[in-house]
Amino acid sequence: MSSNWVEVCAADDIDEEDVIRFDHDGRTFAVYRSPDDEYFATDGLCTHEHIHLADGLVMDDIIECPKHNGRFNYKTGQAKGAPVCVNLRTYPVKVEAGSVFIAIS
Amino acid sequence: MTTVPTKRDYSLLGRDAQAAVASGLAAAEWYHTEIPRKQMKELMKREDGPAIRDTAIWLGSMVLFGGLGIWFWGSWFAVPLFLAYGVLYGSASDSRWHECGHGTAFKTMWMNDAVYQIACFMIMRNPVTWRWSHTRHHTDTVIVGRDPEIAVMRPPDLLRLVLNFFGIIDVWHAVIDVVRNAFGVISAAEKTFIPEMERPKAILVARIWLAIYVAATGLSIYLGSILPLMLIGLPRLYGAWHHVLTGLLQHGGLADNVIDHRLNSRTVHMNPVSRFIYWNMNYHVEHHMFPMVPYHALPKLHAMIRHDLPAANPSILDGYREMIPAFIRQLRNEDYFLRRELPPTAKPYREEFHSEPVAAE
Ligand code: FES
Repeated sequence: MSSNWVEVCAADDIDEEDVIRFDHDGRTFAVYRSPDDEYFATDGLCTHEHIHLADGLVMDDIIECPKHNGRFNYKTGQAKGAPVCVNLRTYPVKVEAGSVFIAIS
Repeated sequence: MTTVPTKRDYSLLGRDAQAAVASGLAAAEWYHTEIPRKQMKELMKREDGPAIRDTAIWLGSMVLFGGLGIWFWGSWFAVPLFLAYGVLYGSASDSRWHECGHGTAFKTMWMNDAVYQIACFMIMRNPVTWRWSHTRHHTDTVIVGRDPEIAVMRPPDLLRLVLNFFGIIDVWHAVIDVVRNAFGVISAAEKTFIPEMERPKAILVARIWLAIYVAATGLSIYLGSILPLMLIGLPRLYGAWHHVLTGLLQHGGLADNVIDHRLNSRTVHMNPVSRFIYWNMNYHVEHHMFPMVPYHALPKLHAMIRHDLPAANPSILDGYREMIPAFIRQLRNEDYFLRRELPPTAKPYREEFHSEPVAAE
């Protein structure tokens, strides 16, 4: 499957230990900056119901969904327990020349 | 022409459940007051300190009152001690179950889980079943046929309400559910909100609880004294009144089938003791709008968004003064509800969704 790198934002546009929403080509993603200054990306909607994860809370490597507090590891996409049972899809991320890119397949 | 009140079907498998899905009321997008992301992050921030302090006070007081209650057992001094123990067991457990179920009370997850299990046992709510039913309550708050936690249906069953101040109906159903689940049976309604992979956990918990209740009952029979059951099980009856008193105010008498928590939930200012027992769930509109804000940050959230909310009721008494007459009117007309007036600073309701035939002026 081929993937193309898409520019999301400037690296500084995302606060440390935070997340932003990124919409592209009819799809929505969540792009994270971890407390140790690494960047990650997942699908933007919770796998439980159609809620944007970018309105949730980032704690260490966890994103907590704003609707029912379901938790995922945003680095691996792993669902951490009820009410989320289905893992999140993750996407490769790179930072180049001060900008964040995600690889969308 | 007179309007005929609409009969509501509260079954999760019934006519109104199907209608809510068909009309888009189920799993709809709800209204939120806008809060800048920076402030929202501050509000959502988790801490262990406040919940550790409150849990130590809660469980420590139970040990104290329960211990003194055993010491003075047989004398009148035991009565107030058990009344206090009962409220901590049969009412404070309701809010602990709730907050820890959301995973917001503590920052450390295992602490949320541990207090959640203890509180679930006390309030007699299967931790698996109720986690999922509460999830649905947040998705479809007071949507008829979708929300499994509607405390006061229309027309209100006033006898049931009164009996529940002593836990009678709730405990009766809880006992049936524990025994049924312990025998491996998950009901058709439970199946609508508990995913298949979670059901064995619900059955295991029910079996453990049944064993504890059988042991406590056996000990009572062996000792020829009700004392063991006064400590385990019965406080869910004699101490339930406070959680019913506060819980009915959450949505009682307000609109149903709307997608704006300002219309179907009530914020009530309360005395500090009730707020401790209730863990700030008196800020109920705020909690529903932003469930990821921990209980200890709700007063701050309230101050931040009150310009966009109907005025809070100033006291429990004031809440009952508006709610009871509404229940009585709903006995004759199921469509009647209290319409919450917004201040001029608030964003208006979306009338296309929220106008019903009969509302309070
Ligand atoms: S929508 Fe995300 S946990 Fe329910």
